[in-house]
Amino acid sequence: MDDLNWMQIVSALALVMFIIILFPATLDKLKNSPKGTSSEWMSFFFPLIVVFLFITLLVALV
Amino acid sequence: MNQNYTTIAQKSSSVLATNKVLRNTYMLLSLTLLFSGLTAALSMFMNMPPMTYLVSVIGGMVIAMFVLPRFAHSTAGIGIVFLITGMLGFGLGPILTMYASLPNGGNIITLSLAGTGIIFLGLSAYALTTRKDFSFLGGFLMVGFLLVLLAAIANIFLAIPAMSLAISAVVIMIMSGFILYDTSRIIHGGETNYVLATIGLYMTIFNIFISLLQILGIMGNDD
Repeated sequence: MDDLNWMQIVSALALVMFIIILFPATLDKLKNSPKGTSSEWMSFFFPLIVVFLFITLLVALV
Repeated sequence: MNQNYTTIAQKSSSVLATNKVLRNTYMLLSLTLLFSGLTAALSMFMNMPPMTYLVSVIGGMVIAMFVLPRFAHSTAGIGIVFLITGMLGFGLGPILTMYASLPNGGNIITLSLAGTGIIFLGLSAYALTTRKDFSFLGGFLMVGFLLVLLAAIANIFLAIPAMSLAISAVVIMIMSGFILYDTSRIIHGGETNYVLATIGLYMTIFNIFISLLQILGIMGNDD
């Protein structure tokens, strides 16, 4: 905590600013997004699992 | 009969419009990625200090959020996209210089670059070939992104390497979701402006690349 420099403080402030800016849009998306069916969620999770396995492969290669 | 012809004509013009948005988006995205590469190389050549990254990212995000939407429907929008992506690329310079100085740095950068390309192309191909509608992901991805930003703020003060690793992994997952969501929006006519579509996809690629660099950087240097 003692080693906090101005770059870390500016980074934190910038992230807080982004959260404040994005918050209304997030609420709007939450309210107005259509609900996905279980098969639609599966079609989303399937490529994510492939991405996760691919990253694991990259970590093994490095 | 006439009504059928009208419906078919409307559908085909809608498909043509979608294809045009898609083609323009990928064309502009390719050019902006090349431009970012050039500005990153310039930044490395100029040996810019680490704070360049912070200034460029904040500047780029502010322009993307507040200036670009006003000019997105004019030709000036294209110039602003190049300004944003050029700035982000320039900010990458010091990060790449730092990774290049690591013993395994060249390998880490190459793998991150290749990995980002494969993830983006693979997910885009998946969304384009299945033509599934991923509009239901909007709220989920935005909430996930806000939670990641909160975790990132906490980790600025906590500085736990394992948490950095977890945050980077989650960022890649969320950005992968955004690639599916954004591509599906273009395919289904939800996004008709290729300038905004380009900046959205560019941001996902940028975040995946940075996160992969961080993961491979931590995992590739045991000492």
